[in-house]
Amino acid sequence: MLRTEKEQAEIIKEISGVNTKKCMKCGKCSASCPAYDEMDIRPHQFVSYVQNGDINALLESKSIWKCLSCFACVERCPRDVKPARLIEAVRLMVIRQRGGNYLTPNEVPELLDEELPQQLLASAFRKYSK
Amino acid sequence: MQRIGVFVCHCGSNIAATVDVARVVEAAAKEPGVVHAEDYQYMCSEAGQLKIREAIKEKNLTGIVVCSCSPRMHENTFRQAAERAGINPYMVEIANIREHCSWIHKDMEEATEKAVILARAAIAKVTLNAPLQAGTSKVVKRALVIGGGIAGIQTALDIADAGYEVDIVEKTPSIGGRMSQLDKTFPTLDCSACILTPKMVEASAHEKITIYTYSEVEKVSGFVGDFTVDIRKKARSVDMSKCTGCGVCQEKCPSKKAPSEFNRGLNTRSAIYTPFAQAIPNVPVIDRENCIKFKTGKCGVCSKVCQAGAIDYDQQDEIVTQNYGAIVVATGFDTIKLDEYDEYSYSTSPDVITSLELERIMNAAGPTKGHLERMSDHKAPKSMVFIQCVGSRCADRRGKSYCSKICCMYTAKHAMLIRDKYPDVEVTVFYIDVRTPGKNFDEFYRRAVEEYGVNYIKGQVGKVSEKGDKLLVQGVDLIDNKRILMETDMVVLATAIEPNKDVRKIATMLTASIDTNNFLTESHAKLRPVESPTAGIFLSGVCQGPKDIPETVAQAGAAAVKVVGLLAKDHLVTNPCVAKSNELFCNGCSSCEKVCPYGAISYEEKEVNDHGIRETRRVAVVNSALCQGCGACTVACPSGAMDLQGFSNRQILAEVDAICK
Amino acid sequence: MVYSYYPGCTLKNKAQDLDKYARMSAEALGFTLEEIEEWQCCGAVYPQASDEIATKLSAVRALNSAKEKDQDLVTLCSACHHVIKRVNDDMKHVEDIRTRANNYLELEEPYEGETQVLHFLEVLRDRVGFDVLKEKVTNPLTGKKIGAYYGCMLLRPSSVMAFDDPENPTIMEDFIRALGAEAVVYPYRNECCGGYISLKEKALAGNLVDQVMESAADKGAEELITACPLCLYNLKNSGSAKKLPVHYITELLAQALGLITE
Repeated sequence: MLRTEKEQAEIIKEISGVNTKKCMKCGKCSASCPAYDEMDIRPHQFVSYVQNGDINALLESKSIWKCLSCFACVERCPRDVKPARLIEAVRLMVIRQRGGNYLTPNEVPELLDEELPQQLLASAFRKYSK
Repeated sequence: MQRIGVFVCHCGSNIAATVDVARVVEAAAKEPGVVHAEDYQYMCSEAGQLKIREAIKEKNLTGIVVCSCSPRMHENTFRQAAERAGINPYMVEIANIREHCSWIHKDMEEATEKAVILARAAIAKVTLNAPLQAGTSKVVKRALVIGGGIAGIQTALDIADAGYEVDIVEKTPSIGGRMSQLDKTFPTLDCSACILTPKMVEASAHEKITIYTYSEVEKVSGFVGDFTVDIRKKARSVDMSKCTGCGVCQEKCPSKKAPSEFNRGLNTRSAIYTPFAQAIPNVPVIDRENCIKFKTGKCGVCSKVCQAGAIDYDQQDEIVTQNYGAIVVATGFDTIKLDEYDEYSYSTSPDVITSLELERIMNAAGPTKGHLERMSDHKAPKSMVFIQCVGSRCADRRGKSYCSKICCMYTAKHAMLIRDKYPDVEVTVFYIDVRTPGKNFDEFYRRAVEEYGVNYIKGQVGKVSEKGDKLLVQGVDLIDNKRILMETDMVVLATAIEPNKDVRKIATMLTASIDTNNFLTESHAKLRPVESPTAGIFLSGVCQGPKDIPETVAQAGAAAVKVVGLLAKDHLVTNPCVAKSNELFCNGCSSCEKVCPYGAISYEEKEVNDHGIRETRRVAVVNSALCQGCGACTVACPSGAMDLQGFSNRQILAEVDAICK
Repeated sequence: MVYSYYPGCTLKNKAQDLDKYARMSAEALGFTLEEIEEWQCCGAVYPQASDEIATKLSAVRALNSAKEKDQDLVTLCSACHHVIKRVNDDMKHVEDIRTRANNYLELEEPYEGETQVLHFLEVLRDRVGFDVLKEKVTNPLTGKKIGAYYGCMLLRPSSVMAFDDPENPTIMEDFIRALGAEAVVYPYRNECCGGYISLKEKALAGNLVDQVMESAADKGAEELITACPLCLYNLKNSGSAKKLPVHYITELLAQALGLITE
């Protein structure tokens, strides 16, 4: 079923539990983000994009694969907005609805090395694929 | 039999747009006892009041109900109107059909039904009203000001100049407060000490002003017009009548390791000290926790060097008890603790400082004698970063929900002063919004940008970390949408301000209300901004909300006027709606005494005549001057002896019955 | 004292040392880590979305298993600790998650967040006590300059993890000092190592690890310790900056307690 961007924004807000209206646009999330330079759409922009219903741009954004889930943005946000949860919700939307897996089992053998911990594969699969 | 008149106000469209006033009039007219009912556009207007007065006279009314706004707004207006027409002012009841009805409802049908019910309840109550006579109480013509900063000093001066006695109680060894710690003041850049110290001197020299420094309010009882206050004068260990203020004791004191409160811990002071050179009084105190004599019994250097023989190690705290007609709270503020903001490395790097610490560094009498330098290595900085809103405007557990109001301006001031005195220092300010509402304020900020070349970046800083002997600032520029990673020499945090920690204790003693941020609550946010809802308690300065110096001084003057207005009266009219005990029903259980928040109830052995039997019983007696009419005792009383005049149990139940009809 | 113990998948494979030294040291310090039965992988990342229930169930099973034995649940790997602690918080405070998770699991008695989750370091700090630990050290690591690497998972979000000050933590430094070594405090000790990103975003993970290594070296650290196998892997394998050696916390503990030699 095709949903409008507005409907998708509502789903994102619901599964993330984020109230985007709390944001005061200070940018501290982006100032704290270790993956900032790798992102095309920055953490603070996720908040305003969802607020404004610009979801298609977020679904195409490479930022969702760059977020480290390090929670620095969550910890330091003065307004308790939790941007990481929004990024997670958009990522889930891509994986669930569009089959947009970023990691497939076929790729794995070549990424492995002797020391690579099981934890890394487990978390990468959780983050990158359905 | 009462003859009741009902007057329904439209309040323009405030009521009439949501409540069908004609139907309220119609319904009220049918209630028992009602002989007159009408509506009018503005009942509070002179024409509206005239209608009330005429109806009272023409219809011989004995009581009236006005269906209008909150009694907080116009109860007094209508009571006066009733009195002018010859009926007792306490024969007036207000049915609040605005705040309690029209403003909160959207549906006209529902709102009208509710307005009718509210009118019915007020009619039922007024039917049982009895005329009451207000008494009087005396006014002690002396005021107490708690806090000796600029707010307290200004209030005290204005009250004293009007001819009344004022006492200032200041916790620290000197008056002067936060303003004495500041270097320059915005937006005119005059030197803070230069404009403050004349006021300090004036206060101390004023024949109507008594200053208690190193003292705290310990206990408050009484009520508006006649408060009784215990002031604890902490042992100074120095005889104020003998000390000449020569300062030799401070020079010779061997214990010099206590952090200087005045310099925000940036350097140390001696155990016997005055906070700063212009301190008033210029008499030191011994900080007993750091004094070698008090810790070990040995030393006594100060006593040996004091030519005046003023050192007194045996001095004890002293309690002064004094009566006051009015009390002004001027307890001021502090900056919040930054323990939980270590993403800015405040606890780990001495080169990350608060703005108030920078004031001390910039000040010629400060720890660096006014030289701008890093506290770590005393080198002059080549670059400085200012971070705004640290702990202000927060919705998290760490910070404050409000804007601290003064930071945007003092940061512009700091940035400008640094660029002016040290043009080779690069100054960057990270901000969320620049807030400059004030006379000549925005112009001041623009000068910092346009004339002094301060680099303002819209965005926040996520982390400040030590890197070699530099600080690495990781921030974001939201306009350029790019990451800022810059090395700098010093970081200054615009730290949120909060009310002084002692304010809770003081507010409790005064039964003055405070909000969730510990700011004292004003009686009306717009119309009574310097009065506490507790009668006789007034507010001056930042204890009421964040303010800069001009606003504080203006408010201090306003509080003084209110105090003078009170002290100018010879007596006060008391509220007759107070509790009264029926001694025949009283069983002497003390339940009422325990719940009374004002200490208005006591017990007496009294001879009573119970149906012809005379006997001595222990019964409750209400001091009507202390009683505030809260009604807690009437609820606690198990035998129904205690009742509140004007709000009797019968009246309240009649209202309930009328609502449930 | 016996604790329920959740080792997690990596401690059974690539990080066996982390596990082995923890158990040895625990016994030497007078407590036992009793591995819970039939535990499953925690998933290694906390599922943040409110509609993810299935991915939280293995954590709930582990928590309930400890509850049935009336024991506190001890974890060691930062990721396991993070996931289990946060799921426990959900079970305690989020009604929807609690109801749905219990509906799936059909336990004899519903699980409502009763178990206390402790990281191994918290056991040392709060139950054993660092001063007692210090007394039990037979082979103090005198002269070593050790930087603690906390990473993200133990500290954030602090409202739930409640492990230590998220911006200026001290527990690992206190641990290092208890072992007789010098603790080197450096600013990047709570910044991310890259986590799972290192699988596909080598450059990004490399930058982050380089920052950590440079920050630690700048402050004079000669080696780093961590509680997390993934942090250890990234610190060792990502980036191009000069590397400091990285060890597990339990390896140093076992050394200081004289249970193994360097």
